[in-house]
Amino acid sequence: MSKTIAAIATGMTGAGIGIVRISGDHAIAVADKIFEAKSGIKLSDAKTHTIHYGHIVSDGQVLDEVLVSVMKGPHSYTGEDTAEINCHGGLFVVKKVLDAVLTHGAELAEPGEFTKRAFLNGKIDLSKAEAVMDLIASNSDFALKNSLKSLGGNVSNEIKGLREKILYEIAFIESALDDPEHFDLTGYPDDLKVKIQDIVTRIDKLISNAGSGKILKDGVSTVIVGKPNAGKSSFLNLLLGEDKAIVTDTAGTTRDIIEESVRLDDIVLNIIDTAGIRDTDDEIEKIGVDKARKYAADADLVLYMVDSSIPLDENDDDIIEMLHDKKTIVLLNKTDLETVTSKDDLRNILGDVYIINISAKENIGLDEFKDVVKTIFYNGDLNYNEDVIITNVRQINELRECLSSLKLVINSIDDGMPEDFYSIDLQNAYVHLGYIIGEEISDDVADEIFSKFCMGK
Amino acid sequence: MSDITRKNTIREKVDVCVIGAGHAGCEAALACARLGLDTVMFTVSVDSIALMPCNPNVGGSSKGHLVRELDALGGEMGKNIDKTFIQSKMLNVSKGPAVHSLRAQADKAEYSRAMRKVLEKQDNLTIRQCEVCEIITDADNLEDSSQSELNINSNVKQRIVGVRTFTGAVYECKAVVICSGTYLKARCLCGEAITYTGPNGLMAANYITESLEKHGVKLRRFKTGTPARMDARSIDFDKMEEQFGDKKVVPFSFSTNPDDVQIDQVSCYLTYTNEKTHEIIKANLDRSPIYAGIIEGTGPRYCPSIEDKVVKFADKERHQVFLEPEGLHTSEWYVGGMSSSLPEDVQLAMYRTVPGLEHCKMVRNAYAIEYDCLCPMQLKPSLEIKNIDGLFSAGQFNGSSGYEEAAAQGLIAGINAAMQILGKEPLVLDRSEAYIGVLIDDLVTKDNREPYRMMTSRAEYRLLLRQDNADLRLRKYGHDVGLVDDATYNRCLRKQEIIDSEVSRMFETTVGAGKTVQEFLASKESAPIKKSTSFAELICRPELDYESIKDIDREREEVYKSYKIEELVDVNHSLTNVLLDIYNQININVKYDGYIKRQKQQVLAFKKMESRHIPEDLNYDDVPSLRLEARQKLIAFRPVSIGQASRISGVSPADVSVLLIYLDSLLKK
Repeated sequence: MSKTIAAIATGMTGAGIGIVRISGDHAIAVADKIFEAKSGIKLSDAKTHTIHYGHIVSDGQVLDEVLVSVMKGPHSYTGEDTAEINCHGGLFVVKKVLDAVLTHGAELAEPGEFTKRAFLNGKIDLSKAEAVMDLIASNSDFALKNSLKSLGGNVSNEIKGLREKILYEIAFIESALDDPEHFDLTGYPDDLKVKIQDIVTRIDKLISNAGSGKILKDGVSTVIVGKPNAGKSSFLNLLLGEDKAIVTDTAGTTRDIIEESVRLDDIVLNIIDTAGIRDTDDEIEKIGVDKARKYAADADLVLYMVDSSIPLDENDDDIIEMLHDKKTIVLLNKTDLETVTSKDDLRNILGDVYIINISAKENIGLDEFKDVVKTIFYNGDLNYNEDVIITNVRQINELRECLSSLKLVINSIDDGMPEDFYSIDLQNAYVHLGYIIGEEISDDVADEIFSKFCMGK
Repeated sequence: MSDITRKNTIREKVDVCVIGAGHAGCEAALACARLGLDTVMFTVSVDSIALMPCNPNVGGSSKGHLVRELDALGGEMGKNIDKTFIQSKMLNVSKGPAVHSLRAQADKAEYSRAMRKVLEKQDNLTIRQCEVCEIITDADNLEDSSQSELNINSNVKQRIVGVRTFTGAVYECKAVVICSGTYLKARCLCGEAITYTGPNGLMAANYITESLEKHGVKLRRFKTGTPARMDARSIDFDKMEEQFGDKKVVPFSFSTNPDDVQIDQVSCYLTYTNEKTHEIIKANLDRSPIYAGIIEGTGPRYCPSIEDKVVKFADKERHQVFLEPEGLHTSEWYVGGMSSSLPEDVQLAMYRTVPGLEHCKMVRNAYAIEYDCLCPMQLKPSLEIKNIDGLFSAGQFNGSSGYEEAAAQGLIAGINAAMQILGKEPLVLDRSEAYIGVLIDDLVTKDNREPYRMMTSRAEYRLLLRQDNADLRLRKYGHDVGLVDDATYNRCLRKQEIIDSEVSRMFETTVGAGKTVQEFLASKESAPIKKSTSFAELICRPELDYESIKDIDREREEVYKSYKIEELVDVNHSLTNVLLDIYNQININVKYDGYIKRQKQQVLAFKKMESRHIPEDLNYDDVPSLRLEARQKLIAFRPVSIGQASRISGVSPADVSVLLIYLDSLLKK
């Protein structure tokens, strides 16, 4: 007997279609209470694995025109009776439909509860559960591919390899303790140090790639900076294809920070539009400017918007200072007007950076911009076809734990501790790697895996 | 079985029957008797009580820990070896304190005699020479001694009610502890020569196997072996390296006065095998009963015969051979490292290739011995057999090897037999508390395919399970069960308080970089400090320790007055020895603080899994997605906790997570 749960299974995106999933013993009965089929059929009388067209009606009000799929346990994702309502009215309506479901006898699903039930009912194993939830949380095709790679064992193989190396050393030390006649530890600490340093290097690489992985899964954190009225907001609107930022001709209009996600094929840019940077006495605008500096400092990518129709001034100097050590694309705007500041002027100051001529107004330069972004993130320091990329926060944390244990082993070696002391930290390193691939069990891991993801699945 | 038994009308009622008087049997019988239970100990030969049929020593790497732990719990082995050792050594002193381990050479005959004396003086304990042939449960007809019709399935719950001897006497009892060692259907092999006897030509026990099987207990066959003994007069010791005992001997028992064990010690000798030895062995492997396939039992990997070593370490040019005296009043010497089941003529030829043994004369030949023992999945962690209430077992019968492993189990099985009769909870030590915990958990959880030997590597948390702190770890349990008296336990508590208080003081108290301190450091060839520094930091320097910094620890004298150390002093514990012990503990706890903390973290994670109990009546068929092998193993072992489940071979981590989440969902329902 399981309680009936429901949630939006498609995540909180702006997608046109959203699915409300209901699972549990009364799932179909609950759906029946709010669903009026065009054919007049009751869902509880419907065969399993059928789809029904009709309306969701709550309190006498039609909420949406929907398709409802009926799947009876055990042949459903969760292994339980399941109804899925495919809504068409956008996020707001999907939420309304969920509310209706919840007021008619279902309880809101806990994070990851559908997958947890699927796991408990023997539909999927733990590692798949985690990979599935990664898939759902992933924001780009690249992240998707990477999650699929995890499912396929790319991460496992790398981690298993490292684990074997550590286990060998543990076993060697233990053998030498048990059978000193046949296992000699003379000179071993120095050998071990070299081996551990090699493992440290490999884990360091996994962790730094994990950063790139995160960029591709969660999106590139991007900031647009530039003087007031350089055209930052217009450019963002151009990318978004809609008018989100307030755009006026008065300099300094954008005072709040606006964040938007833009998908450029495989790459998601999370773009923060900032107040224009200029020396200002306006208190409110000042706060905006300070924020812009801060965001730029944290960003993975900075887009520097330059108005080519006016000369560079001391405000540009402030901005250029912010670009130090940052991945930057300079957008030379208003190239449809007469050019005062040229690419060469900027190169003289900034050195070798990407500079693109654009006209937000005339829709020029957008394709070049996309190409440059891809060049930076695909051909730059990231080679995602060969490297194993760990994108999962839990896994990255375990890698970090492993790394600090290995560093403690090196400390022990440097401090001249007897060999039997190495085992404690080697063992910890081994266990933390084990947590990543589920070869070590901790009480919390299962719960953690099931609780951290979106409400969906 | 035996028609001859029917007419015997001897019928006695006791509390506990202990079958066997080896190292396990002695501890079990003593524990029960000391806890006030009427106890009978059966042996096939009273003259062989606490016999050491193999090596003439007690302790050694990790085995020494077992003896110290057993002593802290109130066992006898430590005290007995302290009375009868003839050489003693702390092993691995060049390594960390976790792997320091005591080993003492015993005078075998004295060891046996001293133990017998203890047993014979023990109230409530009767020694009885006769072979126990049957166990009797509530499923038997007490009057029908034949048991011929009996065939009880292993799933049927029974309750032990007594035992029957070969002569037909019946001892009704509330608990039985089987400590039959290597005697069950024993068979000794020396090449083609096979005798159906126990060790040293003693009588084998040939009947109880069948009775156990009829009661649904599953047995299997293991093998072990022992090397030859040589006549000292034929050994050329000048060609070997002399091995001395320690200048300052540490006793095994926490109750022994360290001043009493500073005796004149004998030496052992080290020599090596060589190419010639190995050639002879290789040329005659076909005559070895193991390699010829005559031996059915599985032998221990970690205590291998010389022919095993030559085969497995083929690239090794030589192996160590230790010559150890069997006692002060015999000229027999044990040839450690060269046990063998090769025929006698090959043995002699092989021994004679070893430097110093060129003209050796064998007193006893080497042999292998095969015996019946228990399939371990039938044991609870309390060492009670799962399907027969009140039937406990210990020692080699449980598939272990070694005197110390046997004694440790004997003590626990004896304690738990007593606890059951007294209506108390069993004593179960976990892996983070004692090597004994590791030993028993391994025995009852892992499907060991060979005799189990204790080893340092088996203990995950060994930095906490040191031989030096066994009393601090375990006196409490000994006291709880009633084997450790109040006075002993209280001094242990006091000692712990002082150690804790001093350790914190070392971390909390700092000294400034003043002249006195710098001069002190200079005098110890230790680098000057730059800023105010805690005593703990100074103690962590290799050239300093707790004792040596006393010159700059102004409060120490005052603080010690408040500790009232003199209350810890008694006839066996002089002030000097008490302080030495406390200083040692403080040093270890301060110097290795970081490691100890990390190990304690590991223990927390471990305990968390151990504390996730699995209901005894859990139906594993209800748990979805368990793999078939895991399901079968879990049903067979019925682990008490998630932790134990995770250690069963054949149960994967994925299966354990399934189990965890399933248990979670049970809780929520």
